[in-house]
Parts: sequence; C-alpha cells; structure tokens
Amino acid sequence: MSWLTDWMNSPRKILASGKKESPTPEGMWLQCPGCKETLYNKELHGYLMVCPRCNEHLRIEASKRAEFLFDEASYQEFDLDLKPADPLGFKDQKRYKDRVKDAVKKAGNEDAMRNYLGEICAQKASVSIFDFAFMGGSMGSVVGEKIARGMERAVENRCPYLLITASGGARMQEGILSLMQMAKTSSVANQLKDQKLPFVCLLTDPTMGGVSASVAWLGDVILAEPGALIGFAGPRVIQETVGEKLPEGFQRAEFLQEHGLIDAIVNRGDQRDYLSMTFRHLMQRPFANKTL
Amino acid sequence: MANSYLEFERPVAEMTAKIEALSQMGSSAGINIAEEVEKLTLKRDKLIEETYANASRGEMAQLSRHPDRPNFLDYVPLLFNDFQELHGDRAFADDAAIVGGMATFHGRSVMIVGHQKGRDTKEKIKRNFGMAKPEGYRKALRLFRLAERFDMPVLTFIDTAGAWPGIDAEERGQSEAIARNLMELAVLRVPVICTVVGEGGSGGALAIGVGDRLFMQQFSTYSVISPEGCAAILWRDRAYAEQAAEALKPTAADLDALGLIDKIIPEPKEGAHRNYEEAARAMDEVLLQALNELLRMPVDLLLHQRQQRLRGMGIYN
Repeated sequence: MSWLTDWMNSPRKILASGKKESPTPEGMWLQCPGCKETLYNKELHGYLMVCPRCNEHLRIEASKRAEFLFDEASYQEFDLDLKPADPLGFKDQKRYKDRVKDAVKKAGNEDAMRNYLGEICAQKASVSIFDFAFMGGSMGSVVGEKIARGMERAVENRCPYLLITASGGARMQEGILSLMQMAKTSSVANQLKDQKLPFVCLLTDPTMGGVSASVAWLGDVILAEPGALIGFAGPRVIQETVGEKLPEGFQRAEFLQEHGLIDAIVNRGDQRDYLSMTFRHLMQRPFANKTL
Repeated sequence: MANSYLEFERPVAEMTAKIEALSQMGSSAGINIAEEVEKLTLKRDKLIEETYANASRGEMAQLSRHPDRPNFLDYVPLLFNDFQELHGDRAFADDAAIVGGMATFHGRSVMIVGHQKGRDTKEKIKRNFGMAKPEGYRKALRLFRLAERFDMPVLTFIDTAGAWPGIDAEERGQSEAIARNLMELAVLRVPVICTVVGEGGSGGALAIGVGDRLFMQQFSTYSVISPEGCAAILWRDRAYAEQAAEALKPTAADLDALGLIDKIIPEPKEGAHRNYEEAARAMDEVLLQALNELLRMPVDLLLHQRQQRLRGMGIYN
C-alpha cells in the first residue's frame, strides 16, 4: 500500500476527479464510497476495484471482470450482434432511442450484458455478466435474450452457467416486454436443471427489482460480493411505504446471508478459485450412475 | 352500496342520476316523461360508449383499479362451484393477499389462485390491499404443486398493485419467492390459464401469471411499473402519471398489439364494476374454451408450447 501512504504524506493538491458516487470511475483519482479514502484509480484496477483499505467492492466493468475471471486467452465474447429495439416508441423527457445512443457511447456496449464462453481455472463455463454502466444494467429484451442464449450455450457445451448480476431491475422503457424477460429467463433456467448442469449466480452491487426477482435467485448456488445491495424493492420505496427507519445494513449481502437468503459472500479476489471449486463439486457427481 | 365514480365517469353518473330522478317523477307527471327518459337513456348509452371507448391510458389505469371493480372473490361464486379455500404456505403464515383453493369449473376440479385486494377498509387491511408477501407466493406455489400432483388445471386471477415492498418481505426473500414461481410455473405439468382481472402490477402479478394462456379483461392493465412509479423515476414527479401511462402502453389493447396476450375478454359497456354477472359470463366463456383446448393436449406438447411461448418473448434487433 505504499502508493497510498506516499500519497497521504504528499500535499493534497489533486482532488478526486470522479464524482462522489461515481460507479465507474474515469478520472485519475476517486473517493472510496466506503471509507471516503481518496484512491489512485490505476492502482485500484490492480486491486480489482476493491478498496485496499476497507474492502469496499466498487463497481467494475463487465469486460474487466471477464479479464480477471477467466484464464488468460481462454475466453471469447458471444452474441455481440444483438441490439435493443424500441418496441413501444417510448418517450419520457427523453426518447428511449436517444438514451440507448448515449448509453452505447458511455458503456462501449450495445446493451447491458456481455456473454462469454471460457475457462475458469481450466473449467469451461458459459458466463453472462451484466454491464451496470449501460442504463443501470436494466433488463430489456436484449439482456433477456442474452441470458437465454448464455444458458443454452452451457447446455450445448455441457458446462456450468455463471450469471453475474449488477442491475437496477427491469428496463421501464421496454414496458411489459421487459417484465416478460423475467418469465423468459426463468423458464430457460429449467433446461440447466433438467440437464443437471450447475447454475451459479454471483450477485454484485446492486441487484434489484425484476432481475433480483427472477434469474438472480434461481441458481443452484447463490453467491454475493461483500456489501452488495440486493433486494426486490428499493430502499427508498420501502422507506416511503412503511414509514419506518430501515434496519442497519438492510438489503446488504451480509444481511441477506444472516436471513438465510444466499449461500456465501465471496471477495472478488477469491472468486476464481471459489467458483472453480463450486463447479468441481457440482460436476463430479460420484453417485450419477445410480440416478440415471 | 352507492357507486363510486372516477372523475372521467362523472358525466355518465350525472346523466344516470337525471334519468333516475325523471323516472321517479313518471307516475305523477304527464305521459311525455317516458319519452323523455327513453331519449335520455339513448343519449346516455352514446355517452357511455364515448367515455369508455375513448378513455386515455391514464384513465384505463384508473379503471383497472376502480373502487367498485369486482375482486377475485366476487368472481369465484359466479364462475365456480364447491370452492374449498386452502390456507397457508406451511412455513410461515397465511397471506390473505392471495387466495387459493380447489373448485369445480363446469364439472371439472381445478385449482384457482388469485389476488384479493379487499372491498371495505377492514378487508383491505387484512389483505394488505392485495400486495402479497413471500408467504403469499409460496402458498400459491404450494397449491400449484398440489394441482400438478392431482392433475388439476390451474386458473389464476391477477389483480395487484405489486408485490409488497416492505422490510418483512425483503427479510423473507420476496425476490426468491417470485423467481421460484416463475421457474416452476414454466414447467408445471398441468394446464395453466392466467387472467388479468384488474391491475397487473409487475413482478407481483407475474408471480402467478406464467402459463399456457394469458387473457386480459377489457379494462384491466398490465405493466412493468405503475404509471405513478414510472413518473416518479423518469419525470421525477408522480403528477406525470398520465404521460407515463401513455408511454408504458399498459392496456389490454396494447398487450394484444404486441402479441403478448391470447384474447381480450370483453366487459360490460361501463366496465365490469357496473355489472359483475355480465363480466363473469364473458370470462366464463373464454376460460371454458381455453380449458377445453388445453385439456385435449398431451402434457409434453403442452409444456413444449408453453416454453416456446416464453422463449420467444422480447423484441430486439
């Protein structure tokens, strides 16, 4: 942590250029939302966007996540041709079409999902990673289709399916079609179950609404990153509805584990090893000859 | 019970009152009264047609949650015999926001499950205004599984503002409960017929809304978020609900245009809330026809078609 101590002792003339709660920091410096420490962005990437001081897991781009998750040069991205349509001609204060254009520019992705096939510690896996930078990782028709294809790719390759979530929920701008993605993805998840292929969910900050209330909770094993906000209704909505103060740590990964809702909390740096072991346990099936 | 009228229904209400007042005068006044009443009734019919046929999407959203709109339990005696309610999720509680049980539908035993918003204040509170908690969805799942074991078709009736957004619901896994239902309904080995009879509120509606057929009553709505909720997020002001409703396209006609529903079930001219029996008769016809079709299908074909239907949902480039 020498860079940090060095910097701490130096005169503070450079201020954090990232916004206070910037999810994907672009500037050279940013402030950790956990401990408020000012961190050097480049160095933070080396730490997989985890604050070395307080273990706050900052949001990380889908492509960066793939980089550290897979074995080097073992993976390939799929389904890049899918682009969002505007089936409702949706317009609020801004047109959906324009929001999509802006999001493509901002996230460098056609929609809020990236699909991969690759190896994690030499174990092949089909992996879908939400891209929060694209309209808050919201699930519309493209995201739903990509999840379905990711699952089907696992079936074709007889390998586990890993879903890494980061989403505010359903994409309102696609109206009822976005709601139907919950039904679609949950339906296709049955294929993994039928084929006895592992389905593991890794919930990251945040996993809310329609994504939480569908595929995110259908894994055989459900993991979460420390401190991730996970829930059905947003804290503000709940606060407004019930008018009570929310309990300490409400809807955080630790709170969910305490309430028996998730299997384990795994630090980002440990995820590769953890996942490969989970897959190994679920794929070995020593009693399989008796059950088939 | 006095009828309640929404703002845009008011001209109809006023004319109805006028006709009633005039009819009561009938016996004492001259013979022209009858003629006048008839004239006014014709005028009223035209007004009704215009009022409801031209209702905006915002007004349709209000109609779908009209205070006089029939609840699930209003329809049960009109559609079914021998209803036996089955309570509880066998784990935590009985959630009165979802009612379910076995019933006879045209001589066949079926499992019926629906949201129940409640009529008077006391019932509304008991039923949490039809907003279910995890135990409600888990009760529904228990009944779906029971139906599967005994080869009973499932009929669901959707009418909810949404799943309950509360601390307790989150602590007991609201998301998990809804997700589980979506997954299991997709492969339930009996016919599942879903009907939106009022408000189809997002995940809380979908949790009992995955099946072989999806019907919507003419003045029901089905949406990923309420117009008010959408307005609060995208316009930062709930007052824009009318605009949000236009953008969300939540009416039966909208969903029909997107090919997401099988049929719009017609309602009485003034809506189901002015004539429960007529509304139930139209629903009965559609449900019976669907059930007869589905009962003829081999289960593998039934499941194949259901999964194809779900797999095909979505529009993208």
